[in-house]
This record gives sequence, C-alpha cells and structure tokens, in this order.
Amino acid sequence: MIRRPLTALIRPGEPPPGLRDYEAADGYAAVRGTLKDLQPGDVIDRVKEAGLRGRGGAGFQTAMKWGFVPQGEDAPRRKYLVCNADEMEPGTFKDRYLMEGNPHQLIEGMILAAFAIGAEVAYIFLRDEYPLAAKRLRAALAEARDGGHLGKDIHGSGFNLDIHLHISAGRYICGEETALLNALEGKRAVPRAKPPFPPVAGLWGKPTIVNNVETLCYVPHILRHGAEWFRGLGKGRDGGTKLYGASGRVRHPGIWELPMGTTMREIIEDHAGGMREGYRLRGVIPGGASTDFLVPEEHMDLPMDFESVQKAGSRLGTGTMIILDDKTCPVGMLRNLQLFFSRESCGWCTPCRDGIPWIEKTLAAIEAGDGREEDIALLHAHTRLLGPGRTFCAFAPGAMEPLQSALRYFEDDFRRHITEHRCPYANGR
Amino acid sequence: MLSDSERKAIEAELPLYERRRSLCIEALKIVQEHRGWVSDEAVADIAEFLEMGADEVDSVATFYNRIHRRETGRHVIYLCDSVSCWVMGCDRARDRLREKLGIGFGETTPDGRFTLLPIACLGACDRAPALMVGDELYGPLDPGKAEEPLENHE
Repeated sequence: MIRRPLTALIRPGEPPPGLRDYEAADGYAAVRGTLKDLQPGDVIDRVKEAGLRGRGGAGFQTAMKWGFVPQGEDAPRRKYLVCNADEMEPGTFKDRYLMEGNPHQLIEGMILAAFAIGAEVAYIFLRDEYPLAAKRLRAALAEARDGGHLGKDIHGSGFNLDIHLHISAGRYICGEETALLNALEGKRAVPRAKPPFPPVAGLWGKPTIVNNVETLCYVPHILRHGAEWFRGLGKGRDGGTKLYGASGRVRHPGIWELPMGTTMREIIEDHAGGMREGYRLRGVIPGGASTDFLVPEEHMDLPMDFESVQKAGSRLGTGTMIILDDKTCPVGMLRNLQLFFSRESCGWCTPCRDGIPWIEKTLAAIEAGDGREEDIALLHAHTRLLGPGRTFCAFAPGAMEPLQSALRYFEDDFRRHITEHRCPYANGR
Repeated sequence: MLSDSERKAIEAELPLYERRRSLCIEALKIVQEHRGWVSDEAVADIAEFLEMGADEVDSVATFYNRIHRRETGRHVIYLCDSVSCWVMGCDRARDRLREKLGIGFGETTPDGRFTLLPIACLGACDRAPALMVGDELYGPLDPGKAEEPLENHE
C-alpha cells in the first residue's frame, strides 16, 4: 500500500521526474481513466467521500468548494481554476518542495480539478521568488502538452484545458484568494468584498476555484486509490497524509510527509531530531506565522490534525512549525512577526493598516526596555480590535493569533521586560 | 515609447488574459527586465500601450515589492527577515552586510553593484538564515560571513 503518495517520486537534490518517469509510475493514469470513464460530478463525489480538506491553511472541504460552482445550462460557460502557489506564509516551505520535486503531480491534479468544475483555462499563481519551481513547472507544462494531457480534446474526451503559469510580483496578501484574483487581473492585490465568493464570481467575474498546491497534488491519488485508502492514511478523523515541517533551532529542519494526525512530539523529536544541543523547546507556532502558539507543557502529544489543533486553541494552518527555543526572546519574536504583518498589510482597511504598526511599535518599545505596565492591556485590546469581524479580510485576525497566545503563554516575559527595563535575552541570540 | 522587444514580449502574453489591462503587472515586469527598473517614463509608456491612465499603472507598480520604482544596483540582495530567519540570526547577517557593503535596507552601494532589500519569507526556512540574489538562493548563511555568496555576483 502506498503510504506517502505526495512525496513518493520526490528526490531532493535531484531533478524532478520527467514525463516518461512520471508516466512509468502510473502518472496521468488518473487523467486517462477519469476523462474516459467518469463524469465531472463523479470526481467531486470521490473527493467528497475522501473528505479532502484544503492544505493551504483554512482546511475547507475541497469537494464542497467545488460544489459551489454553478453547473448546468444556465451557468456561465467560462469558468476558471487557479492554483494558489503564492507560498509566502512565514515558516512555510512545503509547496516549494512539491513543485520543485514533482511538477507533473500538480499538473495532473489541476487537470482533474478543472475537469470536475468544468474549467477550460487554469492558472498557476506562483510567487516571483521561486524561479526553480517556475523553470520546472514550465518544462513540465510543455511536456504535458506534447504528451496530449493538455490542449484540445484531451485523450479524445472532448475536454479542453490550457494551464498558464503566472509569476506574481510579490506581496503576502496575494495568498488571500480574492486578493490573488485581483493580482491576476493586473490590479492592486486588495481583497474583495464577499459575498459573492469566487466559486460564483471570481476571476473576471466568472466562477473560479482557488486551491492550494498540496490540495491539488492529492487529487490524482484519491482518484487512483479511492476514498477508503485516503481515509485510512490519516490517524484521526481527517484522512490522508500531510506535509509537516519544522524550522528554528531543531537539529534537522525539514519537510516530511506523515499521516495526518501525527503528534507534535513525533514530528519534533523523531523527524526534526529534537532541539539542538544547549537549547530547550519553549513554544511552537504550528502552521505558519498566523497561527496561535502551542507549548510543550500542554501540547507535545497533540495530534496535528485540523480538529485537534483547533480544540487546543490554535490552527493546523500550513502544518509547518516554527520553533521558539529558550534562548530566543518571545517578545522579539512577536515583534518580528508584527513587523512582517505591518509591512505586508495591503492598507485597505484602517484597523489593519494602522493597528498593526501600532502593535509593532509597542512591542519594539517593550523589547528595548521602554515598555510601560499599561502596554500589556493595550496589546490585549488590539487582539480584540483587530480580531475576526473587525476587518475586511482574515489578514489582521491571523496576525493577532500569535500575539494573543504569546500574551497568554509568555506573559512573564512581557512583564520582565517592563519591570527590568531591558530585554532579559539581550545576549542570548 | 516601448521598445520593439518590450512590446513583443508584452503582446505574447495578451492571449493568456481576458482583458488588455490585466497585463499591467506582466508589462511592468517585462519593462523592468529590459530597463533595470521602472521609471516615470516607463510607467507612462506602459499606460499608453495598455490604454490606461499613468496613475492607474503607478498605483499597481507601487503596490508590488518586486517592481522597483527607483534605480537599483546591478544585483539586488533580498535578505529574508521573516520569523524563521530571524530566529536563526538574520539581524546579524544584516549587520554584517552593512559593515561589509556600507549599506542598509533600501540603499545601493556607491559603485552601483548591490542594492539591499528585506523580503518576506523566502520559503527556505529549513536553510535559515537565507538570502537571494538574482535566481540564486543561499542558505543556511553563517551570519558572520553573510557577504560570502556575493562573490558570485560581479
């Protein structure tokens, strides 16, 4: 039985499998089989039965999203599929691994997803700083066209599909799906008002599905091996495997494909090799910069799946952990995170544009030993004022997640900076 | 006016997008590739070609951090200063570059060789701290020797 489908053909440090190697490993078999034997609705049903949840951070049911696309005679004829390959969530480096390591897998997943929703044009929205992924995707797209997997009347099915590679020009906010659509339309990447949601009115006003790289890469495997196989791969309720990662002061930072629901302990101790000599684990941001801290005292045996992490007060997010060690200042780390968010705010709505820089300045003052007692209450207030429902999109609420949890878990650190008028870690880093 | 090769490169992208003005970002990138950066004149040239207002084009140009509205050095050093690289010492790498090159973020060396800019997470967190010059990614850097990769870029 295949246990690590997404990374089975990936050989880090070596070129990715070309078309012939990929086909020899049953690549594009799902495309041939599906286009020949299945209807688009069947593809949606199988993905639904598997329970595939989006791997970009939010964990939305993929088949449900696809199901929102209007179908039938009255529906708009033109629809779009967009692959969100704008990986820029700090601490996240999993989609790069998939695109550089096996670009055909992503293309195959996109063909199947496009068939499911009835899109004849698809885009890969890739960040500008991934030139190697761009080069490999471009080569694989050309091979897929030559091999008859893309273009007109694919494998005699009557289904047409072109996939275009769009290279972005920067800015984290492009990862927000409606901002991404504005960027793809050549505009400033400011999020759009919702509703309407993209599956109804997206790119150029047409029904559009935006899916993450890892999500799309899973589709061929589900169609080839079935929903039951997929569900059996996970350890808890969420099926499949997940690309987990760890960075910071662990012995072996990296990416590993493991059963969904693998515990934090296993990931950090067995795969990342534990902490480096002389460092102790202090906290974990589990899934990219905009997720709440977890702490070793409470969460080492937490299964890292959507539901369990949410119950513990955080989010699985992208599944790539950022490790805080005992010699790194939590206040400094928070300040770094908020500096990132303040720089990347699109500036559209006031709480985000003005609130995050205010938070960053407050944290900088505390870090420098100039903080005041009332600053802690001020930071708490901002986590509410910039929380869900107060801003135009999820950017600011995401920025508040590491802050609100740090105020809870590392409150003593904040207080020590204020009472001692200095950073207790000043010589540690 | 756009040069022939700029115009051709932009026109090649036209069929991929529903509307002409959707090429705005592509056009900015193409012109930047040809001219090194995007001047006021370049903004006006693109606006004319895409049948847009110059202010509209500029509002897009100034939004995206990979579009340079100021002249840069021959090589732009993008030093990742996001959280994993920060934990692993990117501030020390930045200080070292300042010491060796005499420039901070947003500045260019007097000989026009390098411009130094911060960049959002390069997705190289397993190689932190990391920096990028051109298409080359370097990491993990020894923050005390952060200038070493620059030798490859005359």
